[in-house]
Amino acid sequence: MAGIYLHIPFCRQACHYCNFHFSTSLNRKNDFISALLKEMEVRRDYLGGETVETVYFGGGTPSLLETEELQVLLHSLRAFFTIAPGAEITLEANPDDIDIDITAASRLRAWREAGINRLSIGVQSFFEEDLRWMNRAHDARQAIACIRMAQEEGFDNMSIDLIYGGPTLPDSHWRENVERAIGMGIPHLSCYALTVEPKTALDTMIRRHQKADIRPEDQARQFLLLMDWAATAGYEHYEISNFSLPGHRSRHNSAYWQGKNYLGLGPSAHSYNGVSREWNVANNARYIEAPGLVVEKEVLTPVQQLNEYIMISMRTMEGIDLGVLAERFGAGQASVLRERAEKYVRAGKLKLAGERLQLTKEGKLLADGIAADLFF
Amino acid sequence: MKNIRNFCIIAHIDHGKSTLADRLLEMTNTISQRDMQAQVLDDMDLEREKGITIKSHAIQINHTHKGEKFVLNLIDTPGHVDFSYEVSRALAACEGALLLVDATQGIQAQTISNLYLAIGNDLEIIPVINKIDMDGAMVDEVKDQIIELIGCKPEDILLASARTGVGVPEILEAIVERIPAPEGNPDAPLQALIFDSVFNSFRGIIVYYRILNGSIKKGDIVQFVSTGQSYGADEVGILKLTLDPKPEVRTGDVGYIITGIKNAKEVKVGDTITLASNPHPEMVQGFEEVKPMVFAGIFPVNTDDFEELRDCMDKLQLNDASLTYELETSQALGFGFRCGFLGMLHMEIIQERLEREFNQTVITTVPNVSFVAYTSKGEEIIVNNPAEMPDPTRIDRIEEPYIRAQIITKPEYIGNIMTLCLGKRGILINQSYLTTTRVELVFEMPLTEIVFDFYDKLKSQTRGYASFDYHPIDRRDSDIAKMDILLNGDKVDALSALIHRSRANDFGRKLCEKLKELLPRQQFQIAIQAAIGAKVIARETISALRKDVTAKCYGGDISRKRKLLEKQKEGKKRMRQIGNVEVPQEAFLAVLKLDD
Ligand SMILES: Nc1nc2c(ncn2[C@@H]2O[C@H](COP(=O)(O)OP(=O)(O)OP(=O)(O)O)[C@@H](O)[C@H]2O)c(=O)[nH]1
Ligand code: SF4
Ligand SMILES: [Mg+2]
Repeated sequence: MAGIYLHIPFCRQACHYCNFHFSTSLNRKNDFISALLKEMEVRRDYLGGETVETVYFGGGTPSLLETEELQVLLHSLRAFFTIAPGAEITLEANPDDIDIDITAASRLRAWREAGINRLSIGVQSFFEEDLRWMNRAHDARQAIACIRMAQEEGFDNMSIDLIYGGPTLPDSHWRENVERAIGMGIPHLSCYALTVEPKTALDTMIRRHQKADIRPEDQARQFLLLMDWAATAGYEHYEISNFSLPGHRSRHNSAYWQGKNYLGLGPSAHSYNGVSREWNVANNARYIEAPGLVVEKEVLTPVQQLNEYIMISMRTMEGIDLGVLAERFGAGQASVLRERAEKYVRAGKLKLAGERLQLTKEGKLLADGIAADLFF
Repeated sequence: MKNIRNFCIIAHIDHGKSTLADRLLEMTNTISQRDMQAQVLDDMDLEREKGITIKSHAIQINHTHKGEKFVLNLIDTPGHVDFSYEVSRALAACEGALLLVDATQGIQAQTISNLYLAIGNDLEIIPVINKIDMDGAMVDEVKDQIIELIGCKPEDILLASARTGVGVPEILEAIVERIPAPEGNPDAPLQALIFDSVFNSFRGIIVYYRILNGSIKKGDIVQFVSTGQSYGADEVGILKLTLDPKPEVRTGDVGYIITGIKNAKEVKVGDTITLASNPHPEMVQGFEEVKPMVFAGIFPVNTDDFEELRDCMDKLQLNDASLTYELETSQALGFGFRCGFLGMLHMEIIQERLEREFNQTVITTVPNVSFVAYTSKGEEIIVNNPAEMPDPTRIDRIEEPYIRAQIITKPEYIGNIMTLCLGKRGILINQSYLTTTRVELVFEMPLTEIVFDFYDKLKSQTRGYASFDYHPIDRRDSDIAKMDILLNGDKVDALSALIHRSRANDFGRKLCEKLKELLPRQQFQIAIQAAIGAKVIARETISALRKDVTAKCYGGDISRKRKLLEKQKEGKKRMRQIGNVEVPQEAFLAVLKLDD
């Protein structure tokens, strides 16, 4: 069982906080599509014939592709890989690409027909001042309209992204954002604490005092509030930033967190086969020149594999399974880990549920430091 | 032997000793034009960077005077007070000294102290007024000062510019004609005084000596008198810009010897070398023991590196006889050394040399002077380390060392200096006008007040127009307290300090503030407290880390994130655990970074 990720490196405009790889010039979109098709061929054996259970179009902004382009890509994927009949096929979409013009409904229908069965919509907020502050391309009206349209076209399996913890979002607005999402019956929410990534526009503006800095205490508080609201509404907090109604987890992302194999196509995309990870050059021109050939690679030592297992599984609702860990990395390591975790259990940051070490609510605020401390 | 002259150049700091050495070496063709550079004898990187001499440096000159060949052994010495032990040992290898006085500055504090050292060694003094090329040169005035000071005749004083070379031939002439040749019996058994040594990673230990009687030949079996150990003289020779091997080094000369000595501890400056087969019955009188002024702990950054550090300290001490150290253990820092230094500059230099010459990065703890505590039972306890301070309930009284400070300055700065010194608990003992434009102030002050930032303050208060020298005089009763730093209630022994009670509040507050800056936030709140006994005198709080979790961890984020956390983990390993608080290395250096 494996997954395929396709990175579509174009956006209409650059959001101030974003550090993904993308270009705002669409000039080479055609060349890029050809390159992507070429890469599928070049790397058709990477997954060793494993059945592909999930496909994920991410970016960038995959929703700015023409429906024909999407059709072509999906068609070729099916030619080169074994895509399971019930595969989850997700498209990341921006509200301004859904609520675009009178063709909106037919675009959505075309996506469905091409095989897309899940949408992940970059809503971020339903408040205008937030969207402006982030330099999003859509407005508050579109944020709501796009969800309605998608639902009307039958995309029940849908996720939206929300961002919290920024200086333009008081708790009351944060509450309204979450309530609206829940109220609209969206079964999956990805909620991200606004992060100031180095070298982004946001970073520069904060350093020049053109924008207010983020405040960790606001982020912590809004995160705790979110956990309460989501729980009350029946959502599972199945990963630090992900909440879903039962049965609506992202299968693709869950596969990352379960250490399954994945193939990443497109510039900057990462692939993983259990022992090594490799990633394409994060540069459109160089990617287009030699798709799938300009690659960096790291072979994970057993300790690195163990550390990744700790880091990732700890972020999930199921937590670190000491039984699985003992099986994969040795009983010795498992007991060392259990011992090391003891002080966090005592401090109420971790709890032991059977063989599973899970973050408590407080612990979820501090997952990174705890993981680093538990590393081997 | 009658054609040997051994002399050193002494002066106040920056009066031009090393530059004069350059001219002497140049005019006698001791150093080729190609090898010549300014202050060529300052061959340590640190000396060149700081523009000061740290080590005495001996070099042999061949000189023909009135058709006769002479061997001149020159020793350039440092001027800074912290290195005065270098001067005193150099004097023991000489019969004469060039006393340099900067014509624009006149007699300064270390001119006087170094002169007295030379007179105490019975050296022939040749006074030289240097820098006469400079606009501000006050030749006549400085002449008067010198005559007043040493009671010489006006014509005994030479005028020179070490920069232009004017007057340097006359200096050479005076060296030959006025400094006596060494005495000693070439036929007597060998008797040589060790005045310095150095560890060389290719050659092993190199020992520098002055031969008083007899001679050393290559292949001799020599004995170091105080240890009784014998060694083969694998190589002997004289000191040029580099080592210059010779079959024999004779009476009156300054030279070096390389033997197979492995253990740095076997070489002691001040020891006598003789021949194993024909030992000289007497040991040469060695040097006065150094009296360290400041004590501080030196610890390896990584506790595992202690043995390596020990080895490096032994080797460094070969080349710095004024460094003293003994084992110290700290709960926070593990094994290390309690070191004695002659001053703060000396401490800085030691730390730098450990780092540059021996690749040892170290943590240095809060420096303090040496106190004596008397317990109510009448015990006398020497306290070089806060940990040695007995519990306050056991203490009857504490004495702290006092010094006599001489400050020479211009009259317009008297007010500033008075304010500074009184603020440092000084007592004015004497004020006397040396001339109408120069005044000498004498204070008695606690040593602890001058070792830390006195020198910098003095400089800024007098725009550099003050020189300063000091000598320990006695100990006096004082209200000294041990101040501890606590992190969440746990004492950090490496941050304890011995301090006058009147300074404690201010110092405690600054230290707590600095620590607040240097300690990373942790998952719980950290209370930083400064306390004397049970009484908290300052407090800061570092609030708990509120949020430390990455938002996104998808396929493309995993590697980067793992590496980041691995790095964090590595960083943590280098931290020291105090109770539940992790303390980074920099925090232990906090005290040294305090500024007012
Ligand atoms: N104009 C002028 N400058 C000189 C003369 N002699 C030395 N200097 C300068 O004075 C400064 C100090 O000279 P050094 O030779 O390093 O002095 P020093 O006495 O060896 O100093 P320490 O060893 O640190 O005590 C340097 O900048 C020299 O260039 C001189 O005769 N004339
Ligand atoms: S649309 Fe998405 S990928 Fe593009 S800039 Fe905005 S956040 Fe980044
Ligand atoms: Mg010098």
